[in-house]
This record gives sequence, structure tokens and C-alpha cells, in this order.
Amino acid sequence: MSNAVIKCASYILVHAPDMVIHNGSTQTTEKLLNPNSEYLKNIRSSLRSYEEAINYLPNQVYIGNKTPEDLKLTPQPWVDKPVLNSSRYGKFGEIMPEDEFIGLMKIVDVFDLVKLSKEFTSSIKEKLLNHDLINNELVSRLKDGEDLGDVEKLINEQDAEPLYFDNNLVGCVKRAHDIDPNLSAHVIFENLVSKASGVLAALHLIKRANIDPNEIEYVIECSEEACGDMNQRGGGNFAKAIAEFAGLINATGSDVRGFCAAPTHAIISAASLVKAKTFKNVLVVSGGSTAKLGMNGKDHVKKGLPILEDVIGGFAVLVSENDGISPIIRNDLVGRHTVGTGSSPQAVITSLVTAPLDRGNLKITDIDKYSVEMQNPDITKPAGAGDVPNANYKMIAALGVKRGELDRTQINEFIDKHGMEGWAPTQGHIPSGVPYVGFAIDDIMSGNVNKVMIVGKGSLFLGRMTNLFDGVSVVIEKNDGKKEENKGISEEQIRNFVAEAMRDFAAHLLEE
Amino acid sequence: MENQKRVKELAEKYGAENVIVVLGGAEAEAAGLAAETVTAGDPTYAGPLAGVSLGLKVYHAVEPEFKESVDPEVYDEQIGMMEMVLDVDSIVEEVKNMREQYSKY
Repeated sequence: MSNAVIKCASYILVHAPDMVIHNGSTQTTEKLLNPNSEYLKNIRSSLRSYEEAINYLPNQVYIGNKTPEDLKLTPQPWVDKPVLNSSRYGKFGEIMPEDEFIGLMKIVDVFDLVKLSKEFTSSIKEKLLNHDLINNELVSRLKDGEDLGDVEKLINEQDAEPLYFDNNLVGCVKRAHDIDPNLSAHVIFENLVSKASGVLAALHLIKRANIDPNEIEYVIECSEEACGDMNQRGGGNFAKAIAEFAGLINATGSDVRGFCAAPTHAIISAASLVKAKTFKNVLVVSGGSTAKLGMNGKDHVKKGLPILEDVIGGFAVLVSENDGISPIIRNDLVGRHTVGTGSSPQAVITSLVTAPLDRGNLKITDIDKYSVEMQNPDITKPAGAGDVPNANYKMIAALGVKRGELDRTQINEFIDKHGMEGWAPTQGHIPSGVPYVGFAIDDIMSGNVNKVMIVGKGSLFLGRMTNLFDGVSVVIEKNDGKKEENKGISEEQIRNFVAEAMRDFAAHLLEE
Repeated sequence: MENQKRVKELAEKYGAENVIVVLGGAEAEAAGLAAETVTAGDPTYAGPLAGVSLGLKVYHAVEPEFKESVDPEVYDEQIGMMEMVLDVDSIVEEVKNMREQYSKY
């Protein structure tokens, strides 16, 4: 059986400053506990403009206009080193402004729960008509909009979640049920954000991969949201909901969950489905979350920084049958943190990194690049969480020292060569392992890199169902160009065999 | 917050003199903060130990006092790798400082 390949990846961000204020859980918690706090009073002055978010180097790396090498060449912090005149669009995707995104939420809403004002609708209609990937049929779903008075009434009388742009009320998300907490306006809002950002990532992927949408047979969605009602809270399924708007009419799908580790779980599952010939093309996709916007906002503001968690993330990865060209997913070299692994960092790194390498007779240094939790240190360092990717690389290197594959003095050299700086927003699953997949495809195809390891980790204990933590990893490597050999026998071959047997038989008869 | 609650409950149940807190925080500042919380009280005044000075004995897993009192093989297996990764000296300094100032036992 031939291994599956990673064909293509897309990455999108949505700049969402108003959602930082109104929907980020740090801010909504503060509103409940300290409604008059200085933080809330001054929060608007700490938010970045759309241009500032676009010119931010880590964001430009995320959408592929800049590379991890560019990031390494620029000393941290990056917040004070804007890349002036940067572009909204990159080779991997785009950074969408908040107003267009609110329009996209309306477009992907099939239950008429998003209500936008007439004025706002007409302003975004024009902008979205100019968007390459959002066709006229999709734009027509915006309709004409509502009177602002009706929107206000829904917010004041029926618990609708208000939608703001540039500090102005522009619409709302209605609750989908009078008393069902799982269909409340808040939950519907978060789910529509996840769906809309997932759809945007899927649309970019289809364009980038240049694939006929009809050829995608299965979608695995791997965000951290749950959709369902009071009788089945996490019933699902975002995958099919996203597939519908991405025009994947021959696809079904399902949702994979595992906190931040879910994307790596999803890629491993997709690779197995393709290798087993269940499906030829599987799309792994995820949108982002609003709850994590401004999660460390208080620390950023305290240190005189802008609130850097002002973007929602999304990505999509296409896993396909072996084309003899694209990088191979080695699902025989999968690492997993098992129930019995234990929680010491040493046990974790052994299970995720060295266990799969041992299976392939590989050393730690045989992997050219490790894609770990690629959180942007500009965000995590001021919040006291340190440089997350660097801490991961140190642990991998230290394990290499313990195994005698590296000398203790080579730790920094190892990090420099096999590691990268983090560039992804702290959206949980978004920075986990997958941000490098797009670059990995390019680096492997161009011959700069041979093998990479994608490592995803997840804090399962946050859900209070287990004290365990989780993680999985997988190796991706250069395609050796050998497509699967056809082990079966063709009709022509059978005919040849029969003819040969008949000739032998005839010759035998003649001899007699 | 949940951890503060558990530490408080355990200290009440078994007596503060019978409790040792072993920290595993990866950063000196965070480890120092945790040490301060279980000795002098929560300096951020956010959790159940705000204004509660338990004065517990507190050590970080990389401190020599802890290292010497456990099986070296187990230590090497569980912590050996992290000992290489962490800034052990500054962690030890922070935690020791808090312990010497505020620990009552």
C-alpha cells in the first residue's frame, strides 16, 4: 500500500478587534467581575488597526509572504518592527478584515440567525463582491439587511449577541432556541465564527491546490468548538457544514477533537483513510475561536504592548493518494502519548519524538525540522509563558543528549538548525504542529529539507474528564517518486498467461 | 485557583507542619510566585490563599534538597532531561528565597 501525501495547505487570519473586547473570555470575565476596571476603560487604545495587524511580521509568516527564516533573521520582539506596506493576501491565504468577516458569518448562516443592519450590509456587499473566492451566489445571501432598531430590539429583548465593527453596532447573532443553553446566542456566535473561518480556509485551499472540489470525498474538522443542542451538546458536525459552503458536493465528513492536538490527530487519520483507499482526497480543516482573543491582554497592556491576540486563525490541509511528487506522510512513524506514558516532560518527549524515530531507525538529528507548538513568543513571553517553541526544542535536544546522539554543548546548535521561531497566534489548535505544514511542503519539494516531524499536544485536563494530557506526532518526508506498483494482474496479462499455457500444451501434444 | 484550594484543604486536614509542597514550574518567576503563595499567601489576591499565610515547606523538584531525598534512578528518568533544559540556578534562588523568608516549618 502506498502512503498518502500532503498536497497543499492554506492559512487564514481574521483581524477581529471588536470581538477581542466583546467576545474574548478574558474581557467578558473582566466585565463580570470588574466592570469599571482601568483595563476595560482603556482597552480600545490598546488594539491594533487592521494595517498594523497586516504589517506584523508573524502574521505575514502565517499567510506565507514571509518565511520562518525571515523571522529568525529579525530579533525578537517583532511587535516594534512592522513590515511596512505588507499585503493582505499571501501565497497561503489572507488576513481578512473584521467587517468582511462579519459578512461571511452572515453568508454561512443557514438559519437566519445573523442579522446585519442595512447600511453595514451594503458596505460589505461591495467589498465581498471584489473578493476572488466569494462568488456572487454567496454574496447574494447577505440580502438587504435589517433596520438597526430591529437589531437593537433583538439584543435588548431576546439576548441576541451584538456584533460591532469599529466600535459601532452593526448587527447581532440571535439565539436559536428560547431556553436551550447549547443554542444560545453566545454559542451560535462562537460556532458561526468557527464555521466561517473554516470555510475561508477551505476556499483558499481549493484555489491553491487547483483541485476540482468534486474530487474531495471526506472532510475532517479539528477545531475546539462543539455544536449541538441540549440533547447532544457536541453532536457535530462542523466538517459537513464547512464542506457545504466550500462547494464540496461529493464530500461528507466528521469532527475530530483533542484540544490543541486535534489537527495532528486529524492529519494522521486523513493519511490512514487515504492509505487504506477508503478515500482519495481528504480535507483537514479548522476555523478559529473568539474566546481566546485577548487571552493575555491584561499582561500585554501592563507591559505597554498592544493586545497582540487580535486575530482569529484558520487552516486547511489536503491529504491525497500518492502522486509520486508531494511529501509522503509516514503513518508508520507516528508518536503517541498513551494513557500509560506518564506526565513527566521526559516521558512525553520520548513518546512523541524518539519512540517513532526508533521505529524507523532514525536519530533525533535525522529530522531536519520539528514543528511543535509554534506559538508566537511576542505573545507568550510578556504573559510569563516563555518562548514555547524554544522550550520544546530544548527538551528534544536534551533528550538527544541523554540518548548520546548530541553533545551537551550542541544543544543551541541543534535548536538553531532543527528548530524555528514561533509565528502562530495563540488560538490553541491553530499553533499546534500544523503552522509549518505549508512551508514544509515547499521546503521538501525544493530539496532544502528531507524529513520533518509534526508534533501536536493537547491539555485534555481542561475538560475535567481526565487528568491526562495528550499528544501525537507524525513524520513527513520527501517523496521518492515511486508511485504504488500495481500488484494486481491485468486482463491482458491473464490473456498472455493463458495463451502461453495453450502454446505449451499444443507444443506438448505435437511432441507426442 | 483550584490548586490553591486543594493546598489549603490539605493543610487544614493534615496540619500545615505535615505538608510539603513540591513545585514543578518551568520558570523561576512562576515558581517563586507559587512558593510565595503557599508560604506568605497569594500575592495577586485572586485565589483562596489571598491573605492566608500557610508557611508551608516548599521545594522545587530541581532543588538539591529534593534531589537528594529521592531514588537517583527515578530522578534521572523523570527529571534528568528537564534539569538540562531549565534555568536551575535562578529557580533554586527564587524558591529558596521565598522558603527562607516565609516558611514556618
